[in-house]
Amino acid sequence: MMEAAGEDALLIRFGDTIDSALPAKIAAVRQRIEALELPWVIDLVPSYTTLLVLYDPVAINVFEAKEQLRPAVAEATSAKDKSANVPESRLIELPVYYSQETGPDLAWVAEQNGLSVQQVIDRHTADAYQVYAIGFAPGFGFMGQVDPSIACPRKDTPRTKVPAGSVGIANRQTAVYPKASPGGWQLIGRCPTVLFDEANLSLLKAGDRVRFVSISREEYLAQGGEL
Amino acid sequence: MKGLGAISPGLRVIDPGIKATIQDLGRKGIRHHGLARGGVLDLRSAAWANKLLDNDRNAACVEIVLGGFRVEALSACEVSITGARADVTVNGKPVEMWQSLQLQPGDQLAIGHARHHRLIYLAIRGGFETKAWFGSRSVVEREGLEGCGPLQPEDELAAGSGEAQKGIPRLAPPQAWQWLERPPVLGLIPGYQYSQFQPADLLRLVTTEYAVSDESDRMGYRLAGTPMADPPPGIVSEGIVPGAVQVPGDGQPIALLTDCQTIGGYPKPGVITSLDCGLLAQQLPGARVRFEWTDVLSAQNQRRLFERHYHQTVWSEDGRSLHWR
Repeated sequence: MMEAAGEDALLIRFGDTIDSALPAKIAAVRQRIEALELPWVIDLVPSYTTLLVLYDPVAINVFEAKEQLRPAVAEATSAKDKSANVPESRLIELPVYYSQETGPDLAWVAEQNGLSVQQVIDRHTADAYQVYAIGFAPGFGFMGQVDPSIACPRKDTPRTKVPAGSVGIANRQTAVYPKASPGGWQLIGRCPTVLFDEANLSLLKAGDRVRFVSISREEYLAQGGEL
Repeated sequence: MKGLGAISPGLRVIDPGIKATIQDLGRKGIRHHGLARGGVLDLRSAAWANKLLDNDRNAACVEIVLGGFRVEALSACEVSITGARADVTVNGKPVEMWQSLQLQPGDQLAIGHARHHRLIYLAIRGGFETKAWFGSRSVVEREGLEGCGPLQPEDELAAGSGEAQKGIPRLAPPQAWQWLERPPVLGLIPGYQYSQFQPADLLRLVTTEYAVSDESDRMGYRLAGTPMADPPPGIVSEGIVPGAVQVPGDGQPIALLTDCQTIGGYPKPGVITSLDCGLLAQQLPGARVRFEWTDVLSAQNQRRLFERHYHQTVWSEDGRSLHWR
């Protein structure tokens, strides 16, 4: 389903609820559209269930734009030959130093869920997560879904400053704050990897998968992590 | 392309006022990294500032919030000032806005406080050649990129080269500024969760007069009026565009503008046209605005005509009117 979102964007909708099968499908459509090298396409912004296509309304009108995008969407979402349509998703490993000194809510998350701190760490590192969307801040990847047993609500009052690299959980989502910023997620550790810089932009892309790996304090510091 | 030739020293900031930032038409192709678009809030005023100087459409200018801005010319240059009405002087002598002005080295240009509206644009022939991020000189303050902030006293703003205009100054025709005096009625294109809003709330949206709230910045303007009775609940976050009107649970709309986030989870009944976003952005806190439904094709036609006018008109010899090529 493709609809105008204002005079210079089309929103392609793939579903209404969060579904771990969608990021790969949306990435496939994104790649098909990119491959067409349409000069009027300005940006493609994937999110959980949608792909926003920003375009130049001076170069093309809404009807022609829809018409030219439709085949790419249809091909990538058609049932047959599904395997060929789904691009190989990247698996990125992100090291995390899980501790009270880097994750001030770690003990609270454990306590809320009736788990030990080690169990929270084990469950957070057990599965690879889907990157559903990049947003909120440059390079901030919304990932999920975490095991329901370590899910927890956002803080009632967001922190005014969350340190760069902080790893947080909000409901069944998890993310790393690329830069220091205000934020309301429950913090359980910190990652030394640079997630956004001006030269390379966002390390994570929607459609990637991410696995967190538990590292020691020494390893965290050796990899450039700050306390 | 203009602005790529020799660089002239341009201007030195004496007093940036409350806030002044360098803006062009914003960044392209970077939203999927979580980066905002940025760019001028008022497309019309900024375009006229550049048009008066035959600048590239995307030439960077200074966007001045509420005025109180002073600069000194470091070299002979030509500038123009458009947007909200304010008293402007060169070396203490009053000069007009909406026209081209010659400055000599050492000249002091002072822009007084904005009356009735919020944003003033200062352009220079050749465009300001300040630092670019991601292919744009637009400053998006909230992302905290190094050096990407508002102008400070002593900042030097170099200008690209442009063919110097001899003699007669350019004067923008009345339609260039008259639109700003009109009652602010904002064209809204239905979209996003339009069909999930209650018919009564959609009617309320276009029959209510909204006051622009104090909590308004380049990310978005909060509006206050008769709240919607029953807006839809939050949605799964999706890509949002500047101009989108989001309605949180309190039923009071927030109009997103150029520095808005890239994705968001509030329901949205529609999107304000790009030109009318400028009209909204020009309003001071307490000003009243209304929405009026429009459709995407009309908005696109209006925008296309606006851009064509920029590219396909030339100044008459006396500098007082424009005619189509």
